[in-house]
Amino acid sequence: MSPLRMSLLLAGLTLAAPAMAQAPLASEGCLGCHGPNGAGAGGVPALAGRDAAELRAMLIAFRANERPATIMGRVARGYTEAELAAIAEHFARQPR
Amino acid sequence: MRTALPRRALLAAAALAPLSAPRRASAQTQGHLLVIGGGFGGATAAGFARKRYPWLQVTLVEPRTRFVTCPYGNLVIGGLRQIGDITHGYDGLRARGVTVLHDWATGIDAASRQVRLAGGQTLSYDKLILSPGIALRYGAVEGYDEAASERMPHAWVPGDGAQTLLLRRMLEEMPDGGVVGLAIPANPFRCPPGPYERISMIASYLKRQKPRSKILALDAKDAFSKQPLFQDAWNELYPGIIEWVPANRDGRVVRVDPRERVLETEFGEKHRVAVANVIPPQSAARIATEAGLTDNTGWVPVNPRTFEARAAQHIHVVGDANIPGPMPKSGYVANTTAKQAVAAAAAALRGEPVPEAVYYNTCYSHVGEGYGISVVNIYRPNTEGTAIAEVPNAGGVSPRGQNPEQRRLEAIYADAWYESITKDMFA
Repeated sequence: MSPLRMSLLLAGLTLAAPAMAQAPLASEGCLGCHGPNGAGAGGVPALAGRDAAELRAMLIAFRANERPATIMGRVARGYTEAELAAIAEHFARQPR
Repeated sequence: MRTALPRRALLAAAALAPLSAPRRASAQTQGHLLVIGGGFGGATAAGFARKRYPWLQVTLVEPRTRFVTCPYGNLVIGGLRQIGDITHGYDGLRARGVTVLHDWATGIDAASRQVRLAGGQTLSYDKLILSPGIALRYGAVEGYDEAASERMPHAWVPGDGAQTLLLRRMLEEMPDGGVVGLAIPANPFRCPPGPYERISMIASYLKRQKPRSKILALDAKDAFSKQPLFQDAWNELYPGIIEWVPANRDGRVVRVDPRERVLETEFGEKHRVAVANVIPPQSAARIATEAGLTDNTGWVPVNPRTFEARAAQHIHVVGDANIPGPMPKSGYVANTTAKQAVAAAAAALRGEPVPEAVYYNTCYSHVGEGYGISVVNIYRPNTEGTAIAEVPNAGGVSPRGQNPEQRRLEAIYADAWYESITKDMFA
């Protein structure tokens, strides 16, 4: 690989890395029940590594009162659809 | 703000100069985040800072080597958990790169950005996260001081767990047929549903072990958190065991006699009880008061987006010591606001705007075995950034009515909450 291509590649990595690593702050509120990185805990389901579209659809259904909930309806209504989408994307990227 | 460019970073920056210089430069920001207090606010802040902003140097000052949580203390009091189950250490934070100093912070000099420790050391900071918790206002209830707490435990600031265990032991030693008296303070205080979860857990123990005993709960309020849900559960699970006396029926305890274990109310009624649990009125911990951060309420007013104290720059006050607008003094609020405070402090060090804030709370309460209830709240700063408001049409309490599956699941979720949030803080 040429030095130029190498440095472009590295630069790309340094630019992309923070965006990959940085969780949306709104997703921090989930960790108090869903475990580190959304890994799940006890009877609370894991979020990590699930399909982003499926997670987002579920959250938006909770938000719209279209899915039976113990507590997640009350939770999801506190967030915008855009926030829920970002949260879903974030947890989908976490290792299962 | 201090910045330094280590030699290695300079070389790397030189190699990639044309494309990545600006980002590399900002990645070189450094700063010392000092955290005082290793509870729900402080432990969260220290760990989160290292995880999300690895360029921050983080020091945590906490006098105790083990932390006993207030949450789940009521389950220890009710005999459903052991104290070891709710005790945590700081090795996980050390592994995340936090420098943990077991010492007392004795004073803050906001002008020079320095904190004095009882051990003689002085620490400088770029940003301070102050999460000192509460002080019990001894003397606010006449006759109730620290010595009295050995006869009438508060079990509200666990410290090393002694108070929690003392109340537990008194319940175990009480003969069947005794009256357990509680004195409950007016708002605001740490953990609004806590006294009522405690009543429930004590009732659960009495029903199992001492069924002729009663609970007399004397309250300085006329209403409380999740009240209909608690009272439904009490009627269902513990009929005839619990008498709750609101302020408007002379429930406010103004004087105690620790020797005779008497709780005296506003209009002079004296209740002699077998075991007394006095939860006194509270304020921000002393270090916050001495630093001049509190107002005439005894709590610390803060900026709703940064949690910076109104009275001092670079000092972000989180946890139960602040006045968080409508938010309860809960572990979950301490956790999510601590993260925002760290994010705001990190942004300021980098010259970036304060990130958009959303604060999250769930308070689960156990009212019986396999019977849990909850309240959920989501909060945001208002658009002007002058106050915090609850997001409308969101959150709320568990539905009322016969719903055993809901109660069973919420008890399970409560346990998952405890496991998850303590991992978020300490793992």
